[in-house]
Amino acid sequence: MTDFPARTAPTARRWRPATTEPAAVKWALIGLCLSVLTVLLFAPLIAIFDEALRRGWAFALASLAEPDAQSAIQLTLLVAAITVPLNAAFGIAAAWAITKFDWRGKAWVITLIDLPFSVSPVVAGLLFVLMFGANSALGAWLVANGFPIVFAVPGIVLATLFITFPFVARELIPVMLEQGRAEEEAALTLGASGWRAFLTITLPNIRWALLYGVLLCNARAMGEFGAVAVVSGKIRGQTTTMPLMIEMFYNEYLSVAAFTMAGVLALLAFVTLTLKSALEWRYADQLATTHRH
Amino acid sequence: MAARSFSFKAPTPMPGWGLSFGIMLTMLSVVVLIPMGVLIWRGFVGFGAVGMWEVVNRPRVWNALALSFRAALIASLFNLVFGVLLAWVLVRYRFPGKRLVDAAVDLPFALPTAVAGIALTALYAPRGVFGAFILEHFGLRIAYTELGIWIALIFVGLPFVVRTVQPVIEEIDRETEEASATLGASRLRTLTHVILPRLAPAALTGFALALARSVGEYGSVIFIAGNLPNVTEIAPLLIVIRLEEFDYDGAVAIAIAMLAIAFALLLVINLIQIWSRRRMGAV
Repeated sequence: MTDFPARTAPTARRWRPATTEPAAVKWALIGLCLSVLTVLLFAPLIAIFDEALRRGWAFALASLAEPDAQSAIQLTLLVAAITVPLNAAFGIAAAWAITKFDWRGKAWVITLIDLPFSVSPVVAGLLFVLMFGANSALGAWLVANGFPIVFAVPGIVLATLFITFPFVARELIPVMLEQGRAEEEAALTLGASGWRAFLTITLPNIRWALLYGVLLCNARAMGEFGAVAVVSGKIRGQTTTMPLMIEMFYNEYLSVAAFTMAGVLALLAFVTLTLKSALEWRYADQLATTHRH
Repeated sequence: MAARSFSFKAPTPMPGWGLSFGIMLTMLSVVVLIPMGVLIWRGFVGFGAVGMWEVVNRPRVWNALALSFRAALIASLFNLVFGVLLAWVLVRYRFPGKRLVDAAVDLPFALPTAVAGIALTALYAPRGVFGAFILEHFGLRIAYTELGIWIALIFVGLPFVVRTVQPVIEEIDRETEEASATLGASRLRTLTHVILPRLAPAALTGFALALARSVGEYGSVIFIAGNLPNVTEIAPLLIVIRLEEFDYDGAVAIAIAMLAIAFALLLVINLIQIWSRRRMGAV
């Protein structure tokens, strides 16, 4: 750059390729990113466990053993156990119909599957209150016949289904598009039945993408708050899921109980992230390239 | 060919059409289409556009809507800039703990919003670690003010831009950058004139996703927001309040207003995206 004689020996100057930034800039950017992530991501995570263990392990664990906490954990597991398989079945069916056939209006259907991403969770809950709430004809009839949906478990399942709707389908469609139809067509030509082609060819091809979608769907199903808060009615011990229980404990100033339950869900998030990263590192070629959630 | 163009589905020997299409359409209808239809019908037919306008056209509702969209825009803009930066750092640089950081970026997807909400509140409340520090040194309150809402929405929208931009940076071949450098461009000029335009469409996609997510966000915000009417009361909370008062029409009107503004915003972003793709040429 300059015509002045170099004060240091030329070898002391590190050669830098034209396609990188100077080392100082590089480390400044890394430092900036790490500090922002520390303040925004890592610190809250530490705060959860710090608050939960403020009065010791025994006290924290005792709060989980309370009947209300126990029934919240059971309800959350139940809702996930219903929602996730339904969502996976929908995702596989939608991906099959969309990628194995050519039909009109495909783009519209994909947009509609994505719709729940841009709807507020609160609005999602509202949808089912309007449909099945006591103020609607259908809701009143259902309540009269002993099958309430809103302020009961079916409403929580429906709202969770809405929120997690695109998760599996969105993961499978790009992967199945990329894999094409040739392998299944070959199997059919050789006399395999449709189910056999699906079970022995399609399913092994999409298993990691399916697992990836199921993982994220499960995390969201267990953690959903807004939509569930609107439809659940928050009846203690009956329609209170773990995230709703956290809110109740928190509002009652039961800080340790709230953060302990939050810690349980944070551990679930850990497990989800670990498995997800493991999938991304090992089977990147069998997953969708961009994930939208 | 002419005959086929009138049919709904192209003929194929592939089995499972009826079953897969049937499951897809049934679930899509039951879970998404009919409920959304009921909301729109309740609003426009049951309640009427005039009635809805009267509900929405009140200061408290306007303030809530303005707050929700303003905070979401600010948070998503922050995430747009920071997300591109972080994606660049994660793809191009090597540093200790990189894999851990890369995995942690998805934490907001995996961590339930209520958990994030109470954790952020614990940190940024006036008595929290960060809250006390900022209050003492800058005289700013974070939790229970609009700033707290920004923090929560930045948290929620953090992964979107990173995850849409990352694969694009990975695909950039060094030759274009080398060509730019050979032609005498400084590194900064190469970044702003060669790299950034290539990232723009993906970054905008991520921005739109983050915006859509943070406009409607509820769980992480209500704990840190303070929820003071007209000041820190977000639109989704107002819907919940209307529902608790059994004012279903009011809730429907605010919900439809939120949907309408969100779709208008996403439409604008889509148009910008089409424009930026066209400017970039066929990529």
